[in-house]
Amino acid sequence: MDNLTEFRAGMKNGLPICLGYFAVSFAFGIQAAQIGLSPWQAGLISVTNVTSAGQFAGLSLIASQGSLAEMALLQLVINLRYLLMSAALSQKLSPSVRTLPRLIMAYGVTDEIFGVSVTRPGNLNPWFSYGCILISVLGWTGGTAAGASAGAVLPEILIAALGIALYGMFIAIIIPPAREQKAAAICVIASMAASALFFALPYLKGISSGMKIIIVTIGAAAFCAKLFPLEEEEP
Amino acid sequence: MKLYSYILVMAAVTYLIRSLPLTLIRKEIKSPFIRSFLYYVPYATLAAMTFPAILFSTDSILSAAVGFAAALILAFQKKNLITVAVGASAAVFLTELLAGFL
Repeated sequence: MDNLTEFRAGMKNGLPICLGYFAVSFAFGIQAAQIGLSPWQAGLISVTNVTSAGQFAGLSLIASQGSLAEMALLQLVINLRYLLMSAALSQKLSPSVRTLPRLIMAYGVTDEIFGVSVTRPGNLNPWFSYGCILISVLGWTGGTAAGASAGAVLPEILIAALGIALYGMFIAIIIPPAREQKAAAICVIASMAASALFFALPYLKGISSGMKIIIVTIGAAAFCAKLFPLEEEEP
Repeated sequence: MKLYSYILVMAAVTYLIRSLPLTLIRKEIKSPFIRSFLYYVPYATLAAMTFPAILFSTDSILSAAVGFAAALILAFQKKNLITVAVGASAAVFLTELLAGFL
């Protein structure tokens, strides 16, 4: 397929992400406004970071006036999963893809964009990612600015309901493949069970939430890789 | 002005994490273990981030549990991202509304 077709396919696949992002980042915008950020400042965070969990955590650090070193460490731990996703994505590209397209694609490595990119059959055309990134970031940033502007006038019950949107989005990404593939389902269940243990058990629950996610991710993914190695499925 | 320093640090750290593997890993990884590991990473990480955190994402565990169930049901029917996210929010909204009357 040529680049334009790929770009359009990326936009089409990105549209549900864009709408989902709008709902989630709307909640982020509301919280940002609550700690005194303007819609422009909240939007600037979203357009430069494009990361749900990292931004929400970063916002509470800004509110508590933490140090810049703490901020760097926090982002490193929470977003370390992108390192793994970026490595996985490198395997979807033809080795002939140059550095500039790789640098642009890196900007849009999020859970959701990664999810739709990595499940494309065959090699990934960077133009597919550009389309998907463009429309998704529009939704993410627009939702943030809208939430920061309008949040103050919304009733509390609506704000509480939007708090779950982020997780709904995560579930929409992991459940459909888990339905098709037993190993992915086991990975999801094992990871949720381990995460619940880290939440409940003494000693383990003292670990920071970002670190828990890293430990559980590496543990569950290694466990499944050992037990259910992928078949060679190259076309 | 401190706010902009925070934003710069957040953005720089996050971008470095995202860009290093994509630009540095040019060859196909041969090890079946590493390939399989990378394949399972998104499932493991999103699952870990979702549970149990989802139970504390609203005003009460009850409404969160209802929202969680709604999201699972919709996702099982392969509804898209926006349907699942908004459906879960709507379930939470209705539960909170009902709980307010009881």
